Amino acid sequence: MSGRYAFFLGCVAPLRYPGIELATREIFKSLGVELVELEGAGCCPAPGVIRSFDQTTWLALAARNLALAEQKKTDIMTICNGCYGSMFEANHIMQHHPEEMKKVNDVLSKVGLKYNGAVKVRHFAEVLYKDIGMEKIKAHVKNPLNYNIAVHYGCHFVKPTRVKHLDDPERPRILDELVEATGAKSINYKDKLMCCGAGGGVRSRDNKTALRMTEEKLKNLKKVNAQMIVDVCPFCHLQYDASQNDLPGYNIPVIHLSQLYGMAFGLPRDKLGLEAHVTKVNL
Amino acid sequence: MTVSPSGASMTKIAEPNPAFTKMVEKGGPGGETLMLCYQCGTCTASCPSGRLTAFRTRQIIRKAQLGLKDEILPSDDLWLCTTCYSCVERCPREVEITDILFILRNMAVREGHMAEQHKKIGENMLKHGATVPVKEEVMKLRVKMGLPENPPTTVGNKKAMEDFRKIMEECGFDKLMKGGKK
Ligand code: SF4
Ligand code: SF4
Repeated sequence: MSGRYAFFLGCVAPLRYPGIELATREIFKSLGVELVELEGAGCCPAPGVIRSFDQTTWLALAARNLALAEQKKTDIMTICNGCYGSMFEANHIMQHHPEEMKKVNDVLSKVGLKYNGAVKVRHFAEVLYKDIGMEKIKAHVKNPLNYNIAVHYGCHFVKPTRVKHLDDPERPRILDELVEATGAKSINYKDKLMCCGAGGGVRSRDNKTALRMTEEKLKNLKKVNAQMIVDVCPFCHLQYDASQNDLPGYNIPVIHLSQLYGMAFGLPRDKLGLEAHVTKVNL
Repeated sequence: MTVSPSGASMTKIAEPNPAFTKMVEKGGPGGETLMLCYQCGTCTASCPSGRLTAFRTRQIIRKAQLGLKDEILPSDDLWLCTTCYSCVERCPREVEITDILFILRNMAVREGHMAEQHKKIGENMLKHGATVPVKEEVMKLRVKMGLPENPPTTVGNKKAMEDFRKIMEECGFDKLMKGGKK
């Protein structure tokens, strides 16, 4: 099942940063790739919180999303590491543990759904990198960018590599290459692979600790004069963007890769939803 | 406190509880790797949260091996993991550390150890099928940008939300959010 992708929105992008949703729709349209609407999809559900509360609920709700994509005969594409992590791992569990698949399908039958395990869970950055490819992306860059960019991979994009097999966990390259395809420079910085601090329910339960992790990252970004952070996860995005309210003096704009591609592909500014950003984007 | 043969008092050391250890091992995928841990401490050294707090990944794994239920389930430490998988990537014994923490957290929640902030997230899930509440100004921005006011998700979709809630009820999630045991 490839060529078309069911567009999985998740919660944080459409409800906090609609620019991420719109920019993604627009860049895939420019690239000539069909995104199928996944009406009625729910929360992925969030790996850090819902999976921490109850794995059965987590698995069943993830399976509902996968079953909806299966009905459309498409793979599912996310714009968020959390959604990617949750649905990828839930899919992996169901595909490798028939007893879990059965349990989940018993629950899904109550709402008239069934999941057979035929869907692949994809991350949009991985779709860009593998299915669309650098050459085609570079050909669509109308407005080459000239920034020093600090890439933030986040935790649930390439990890855990035992199930994802996408890139090296300590020195991944995918995002650096995707960012550099726009003409920008991906700069190195200390603890580049470190977590933003938000995951695992830490942001909601112990915001102070989450902020201290974020501040470590921001300090390291400032040292190398990063002009912006580019992320591939609305939740990391929220953490970096909104936390700068509590951590003044950094003023580092936070841009999702879809928005960066929007800039490079020449999308009008008002399609990027930058007004929703707490940390002003003066670029 | 107990009294040693010499008569000096000592702090009582918790007894291992193999039944709890078994429950963790069988608590879900990844649990079966618990006893592979040989306490090298690579996980603790890799942990972004442990860098800033007293949370020690290796220690929780050791306590789980010993089955020290009462030291693990009520503790705040259990909730300081960001699920970043750094430890999992580096563990020389391929212990599924993050999966084991999920199992322990699930057990803690079933015993009623759940932060109020986390119950709120559960409530948002039951209301909109989303972790975050709907904000009017974002809905206005969506419209201004040319997007539909409600995204094509469970938000504002009555049938989808009913199905979503039904699945949660079927799994006992609604009761869990009220603090009850399943
Ligand atoms: S890294 Fe692995 S083996 Fe070493 S202490 Fe942690 S869990 Fe145990
Ligand atoms: S997954 Fe959790 S315990 Fe492991 S390194 Fe990350 S924050 Fe620490």
